[in-house]
Amino acid sequence: MYWNQEIECMSRKELDELKLRRLKETVFRVYSFVPSYKAKMDEMGITPGDIQTLEDISKLPYTTKQDLRDNYPFGLFAVPMTDVVRIHSSSGTTGKPTVVGYTRRDLDRWAELMARALTCAGATRYSVVQNAYGYGLFTGGLGVHYGAEKIGASVIPSSGGNTKRQVMLMQDFGTTVLTCTPSYALYMQEVMTEMGIKPSQLKLKSGIFGAEPWSENMRRDLENRLEINAFDIYGLSEIMGPGVAIECPQKEGLHLFEDNFIAEIINPDTGEVLPPGEKGELVLTTINKEALPMIRYRTRDLSSLIPETCPCGRTHVRMNKVLGRSDDMVIIRGVNVFPSMVESVLLTIDNVEPYYLLVVDRINNLDELEVWVEVSEKAFSDEVRKLEQLGKLITRELESSLGVAVKVRLVEPKSLQRSEGKAKRVEDRRKF
Amino acid sequence: MVKQISIFLENKAGRLASVTKVLGEHRINIRALSIADTSDFGILRLIVNEPEKAYGVLKRAGFTVSETEVIAVEVPDTPGGLARVLDVMGEASINIEYLYAFIGKATEDALVIFKVEDPDRAVEVFQTHGIGVLDSSQVYKL
Repeated sequence: MYWNQEIECMSRKELDELKLRRLKETVFRVYSFVPSYKAKMDEMGITPGDIQTLEDISKLPYTTKQDLRDNYPFGLFAVPMTDVVRIHSSSGTTGKPTVVGYTRRDLDRWAELMARALTCAGATRYSVVQNAYGYGLFTGGLGVHYGAEKIGASVIPSSGGNTKRQVMLMQDFGTTVLTCTPSYALYMQEVMTEMGIKPSQLKLKSGIFGAEPWSENMRRDLENRLEINAFDIYGLSEIMGPGVAIECPQKEGLHLFEDNFIAEIINPDTGEVLPPGEKGELVLTTINKEALPMIRYRTRDLSSLIPETCPCGRTHVRMNKVLGRSDDMVIIRGVNVFPSMVESVLLTIDNVEPYYLLVVDRINNLDELEVWVEVSEKAFSDEVRKLEQLGKLITRELESSLGVAVKVRLVEPKSLQRSEGKAKRVEDRRKF
Repeated sequence: MVKQISIFLENKAGRLASVTKVLGEHRINIRALSIADTSDFGILRLIVNEPEKAYGVLKRAGFTVSETEVIAVEVPDTPGGLARVLDVMGEASINIEYLYAFIGKATEDALVIFKVEDPDRAVEVFQTHGIGVLDSSQVYKL
């Protein structure tokens, strides 16, 4: 099922022509209207006229989160504020927040892309969509909202939080599609169990989860626990928000809407562009946005691209499930560790719940990684030996998968913070 | 056979106090207890007058709780008393997971709680050797 078959199944030739035309327009606009882009391009000796093919994109400078901060709040906008009808912003946990803006037309396009995404994941006008992404400055809530309305679904704008009420709404309103972060879905399921409600009592059929990296094992776990089909949705506010890419029922990569975004994969250390299929940092260029066009934005997300056409018929390039965000990544004695790797390992061990926290510290100039894991009712034993065996098993599995020494600490159930939005998985106590 | 309540405790200040507080609020009396501890966590083992109720209220209070069957054995309160009981168990190849002493007394004998792999066989062995085993109603009343 397609929302916009003409575009989503466009031939490669037509799609590339469309992309090139839009890329040229975008470069021309940023060069003319955004001083910071012009300065960078002038410094590199490039003019918009140098962009003649899609490959020429590699001549353009990268944009980073720092550029957004340096131009805080509206310095990278390519339209006057009178044309900006919406402003979103990141939480800004590290330094200044990043600010993004949208024109009326940007919002329409965003809703169109979200409509494509929801349709791709099986939602229709018969769906009851409970949108538990946070509404507000975060793009998740409103982004999904307008797409769901556009396809004609019945939208419950429940936002994040008040989890018991979420479950009640789900039951009473007959929610069929849940949209939220995967960690919040997991917590909702836990609360559901506490309330004595079984998935079979609900009409829930699918979950569209995103805004944080999650593993294949987590997908399987959520699908089993909630008795649903779980889809990964990708997006980031700097580029637009949710709806940049989405899985179809094949679940083999996320369809990236190429008529709006050009994707590249680069080596994050050298900045070199990598050939299709190789793993690296995802770089995105928006080619259909007015207020805040982004040229080669470094997403910090690690993925790879699948150029082949999907059996579902969509021709646009797919990106593999994001393994981790380099923002979440911790480097332990030179080894890169992603929380999603820990999650993936924990889910393979019986009776272990996927609630965990990575605590990193530096003791005597050496990095130490502790992984806190909750002991479930099922795993608990009155014998120390058995709990120690469990701890050792988890340690062994984590060490062989991560390649670093790990100290596992068993903690009481429900003692680790539950997420109603983006989960906090890492506590870095190191002082650099 | 006697029901023991076991509770998972993180090594954090106030955890034990919070368990005993919950029990106190529900008028549940602790008859015997032992704590097995490691550097990170502890396991609190309790014999109480109302094990089912204790299990329920602790669970509702958010603790990880389990019920285990243990044996309450009468051990002569004289030098060598425990040694004799252990000898009998050793000869019968009964493996002890852990044991701890009871606070109250039913008779002149001391009371020791044993957790073994095969409690039914252990009770049989004790009985054939004339070692007293208390049933649950006797223990909860103590």
